[in-house]
Amino acid sequence: MGEFKKPTSEQEFEQNFQQIKPLMNKTEAYYESSRCLFCYDAPCQTACPTSIDIPLFIRQINSGNLTGSASTIYASNYFGNACGKVCPTEVLCEGACVYTEQNVKPIEIGRLQNYATQKAIDEKKKLFKLASANGKKVAIIGAGPAGISCACELRTLGYEVTVFEAKEKPSGLTVYGVAPYKITNEEALNEMEYLQEQFGYQVHYNQRIDSVEDLQELENNYDAVFIGVGLGNTSSLQMPGEDLENCVGATELIEELRMNHHQVAMGKKVIVLGGGNTAMDAASEAARMGAEKSILAYRRSKAEMGAYEFEYDLAKGAGVDGMFNVSPLEIQGDGKVSGVKFIRTEQRNGKLESIAGSEFVESCDMVIRATGQSKQVAWLSQIEGLELDKGNRISVNPESFQTTNARYFAAGDAMNGGKEVVNAAADGKQAARGIHNYLS
Amino acid sequence: MPDISANLAGIKSPNPFWLASAPPTNSGYQIMKAFDAGWGGAVWKTLGVPVVNVSSRYGGVNYRDSRLVGLNNIELITDRPLKDNLREIEEVKKYFPDHAVIASLMVESKEQWHQIVKDVENAGADGIELNFGCPHGMCERGMGSAVGQEPEVLKTIVGWVKEVATKPVIVKLTPNISDITEPAQAANEGGGDAISLINTIQSLVGVDIDNFVPYPVVDGKSTHGGYCGPAVKPIALNMLKNCAQHPNVNLPISGIGGIENWRDAVEYILLGATNVQVCTAVMHFGFGIVRDMISGLEGYMEEKGFNSLDDMRGKALGNVTNWENLNLKYKVIADIDEEKCIGCQLCYIACEDGAHQAIGLSEKDGERVPHIIEQNCVGCNLCSIVCPVEECITMVRKDDGSEVVTWKERGEAGTAPTTFNDEKAGGIGHWVPEPKDALKKRV
Ligand SMILES: Cc1cc2nc3c(=O)[nH]c(=O)nc-3n(C[C@H](O)[C@H](O)[C@H](O)COP(=O)(O)OP(=O)(O)OC[C@H]3O[C@@H](n4cnc5c(N)ncnc54)[C@H](O)[C@@H]3O)c2cc1C
Ligand SMILES: Cc1cc2nc3c(=O)[nH]c(=O)nc-3n(C[C@H](O)[C@H](O)[C@H](O)COP(=O)(O)O)c2cc1C
Ligand code: SF4
Ligand code: SF4
Ligand code: SF4
Repeated sequence: MGEFKKPTSEQEFEQNFQQIKPLMNKTEAYYESSRCLFCYDAPCQTACPTSIDIPLFIRQINSGNLTGSASTIYASNYFGNACGKVCPTEVLCEGACVYTEQNVKPIEIGRLQNYATQKAIDEKKKLFKLASANGKKVAIIGAGPAGISCACELRTLGYEVTVFEAKEKPSGLTVYGVAPYKITNEEALNEMEYLQEQFGYQVHYNQRIDSVEDLQELENNYDAVFIGVGLGNTSSLQMPGEDLENCVGATELIEELRMNHHQVAMGKKVIVLGGGNTAMDAASEAARMGAEKSILAYRRSKAEMGAYEFEYDLAKGAGVDGMFNVSPLEIQGDGKVSGVKFIRTEQRNGKLESIAGSEFVESCDMVIRATGQSKQVAWLSQIEGLELDKGNRISVNPESFQTTNARYFAAGDAMNGGKEVVNAAADGKQAARGIHNYLS
Repeated sequence: MPDISANLAGIKSPNPFWLASAPPTNSGYQIMKAFDAGWGGAVWKTLGVPVVNVSSRYGGVNYRDSRLVGLNNIELITDRPLKDNLREIEEVKKYFPDHAVIASLMVESKEQWHQIVKDVENAGADGIELNFGCPHGMCERGMGSAVGQEPEVLKTIVGWVKEVATKPVIVKLTPNISDITEPAQAANEGGGDAISLINTIQSLVGVDIDNFVPYPVVDGKSTHGGYCGPAVKPIALNMLKNCAQHPNVNLPISGIGGIENWRDAVEYILLGATNVQVCTAVMHFGFGIVRDMISGLEGYMEEKGFNSLDDMRGKALGNVTNWENLNLKYKVIADIDEEKCIGCQLCYIACEDGAHQAIGLSEKDGERVPHIIEQNCVGCNLCSIVCPVEECITMVRKDDGSEVVTWKERGEAGTAPTTFNDEKAGGIGHWVPEPKDALKKRV
């Protein structure tokens, strides 16, 4: 049974989507930072893709040097505040904390990080040194974590930076994709506002770079171009019934949810197809939106799910039911979704095989396809000489993030095929260094 | 950015953070690593006739889950030959000409003092620190604190050193004495250029209650050691204040004792220190802690508008006075923020059993927020100190600030109590419960 009532107001929405990592208060931050051991060659730092000096920033919180703490964080990661909330810390820094070796609760690094940076953002602290203008210009396509991180770093090196963003808000999937109980729109956007004010790059919103001509113009006007376009829409399932009403793509639905909150229509009985983190998020979100039943249906076994275990636990905690070893054959309905026809599967000699005659129909009034985001292959093919790897990810030099077209650099989901905000932030920043080396 | 460079009696360093003479300054390797990490100066592990140390040298004091709030050691001065140390001093100075390298020294005879001072100066030391502080082992041989406790002897030895020294001489004092300003004045009279304090405090940190030996245990026996670390800071701060305020001490001071972060350092400087030295915190966490010290100090100075360390030095000294000059009319009363209170009732029991029965509990079932009984509250601060919630109990000023009367003035005006049952006693009229009421109470 649904544990959440359908939210009918912003307030009820906030209640159902309560932050799982709320901002710490001063006492919490003090106690938690006191626990940190200040490990040498700290494993938490090694586990962070942006290599934040975690023991140092926690010590700075503990000594009352919050500005210094924020400085330490931002020196490594321009999405320091957002990452504190959205990073899968269980498998990154916190998962590596030495306390876990003793079965003691690891330090809440994410929340401490969020705490330290929040004050800098609220007080508009000036933490960054920008080099004087070097006369060179860089265009950035996409205001997601990769693009914005690249922009900030380039500004510290003296470049004039212009960002072109198709949508009307910055931060990419941080505001359009991540589950609302991880970060609020306001939090994501406040950090963006702070960064833009501190670094002074320009952003043109609602400006999709769409054609060969658009790209040509960028090439003419800028010394280098950074591609931070992320991924595309949810991939098609290639099965009958996909275009029925109430059969939706997960990322598209989540974007609507992030923008319109309680006003989004949600089915009563929802089936989510997929076994990745996005599927967990979607199922959990459906439950929190008041769906009486939210079912996660995955082709393979529970153990084979791509999602992190804690994400599945989170979904279960929200009342989501799991159905495993069921493969969808067809989405049924008359104009509108009425059910999904599945066939049961099993592993035979290391291969997933359907069990003949095991077909069944699970009724529902909504289907969410969480079967991965497509790659922007067609769009990328407009760039001359830009090579993709076998997985349709942009091929880059792993040090410089330069693509096979020397004037283009790329990082983030478009380059790694879809990881986390923190990876995009790390690589976007390093790509700026690559651009700098290329242009100097 | 504020300027955090420091100058102690002519010894310059890029920042006020020095390593104290101790194991972290045992070798050129460690000091180079420290400078590379950001430390501004280092006082070399005390040089002299090399010693033989025991194995099992330290004992730690843990408080609940906090490790090493105090550290005790029975180590002596360097156990490495002088020539090796001299060679390394030279090498460090070659790589780090702008950092302060101070040679800490401890020898016996005048000839030895003369010789070793010349040796370390030739090696390139920027200054000399005389270790008159070591309170264990070395003092049994008439050195260290045995000198620091005898102002006349101390003065004589400082004089010997000054006969040959061309670099500034810092005299390191022992806290194992009732009035630290006496050796401090002797240091001045002997011609010393600066003093540093404190060295370690004589201590036994605990006893192995199964085997009946104090720690650290050396083959079934122990000896008293020297105590340092966060626990000694309050003692050191008071000694610092005493020296900084004393008209005849009049020497720049290098502050030492329990410094672990920028805030500790700021407190030392506000009480008159020109720079600070650190030992235990580095032995616990390594050289990396200096990064928080530097960034925290800079941030603090920026916030307060101090451009240099000189701007802030001694700022708190003017506000430390004798008890008799404090305003007896100043009146604070505890105030509990009911919103913040978590109902632990530690304030209640602290006041009830340990102070003035000025906190009451609610009669209502399940209501755990205590209340202050204003007429009983003497404003001692105890409840606000034990309350585990930040800013939950605050001390609110009740007098209007218009009246100032000190003990000294009352004494002079003849309004101070003078006899055992004097009606002018401060506690007269202050309600206390009847003794037998105690028997009805739950403990
Ligand atoms: C449902 C979902 C949940 C997620 N949850 C988490 C999470 O909890 N924690 C986490 O760390 N990560 C999470 N991620 C992953 C994370 O959001 C991404 O890895 C990260 O946002 C990638 O950053 P990016 O800058 O590469 O791309 P994006 O964030 O996708 O940003 C790309 C930007 O480029 C713009 N753009 C695209 N094409 C053009 C164009 N032609 N012209 C101009 N602009 C263009 C887009 O509008 C967008 O703003 C989640 C992802 C999804 C889909
Ligand atoms: C193990 C150990 C060895 C020490 N050796 C010396 C020494 O050789 N010479 C000296 O002047 N002080 C010595 N000290 C004292 C320190 O320099 C310092 O004065 C004292 O530890 C207080 O500072 P702290 O609280 O930061 O540790 C030693 C301290 C320790 C813990
Ligand atoms: S591993 Fe844990 S205890 Fe060690 S520094 Fe990192 S957060 Fe602190
Ligand atoms: S700290 Fe180093 S020298 Fe000391 S006992 Fe441990 S291993 Fe041995
Ligand atoms: S000590 Fe503080 S938190 Fe505890 S009962 Fe008293 S006021 Fe409340």
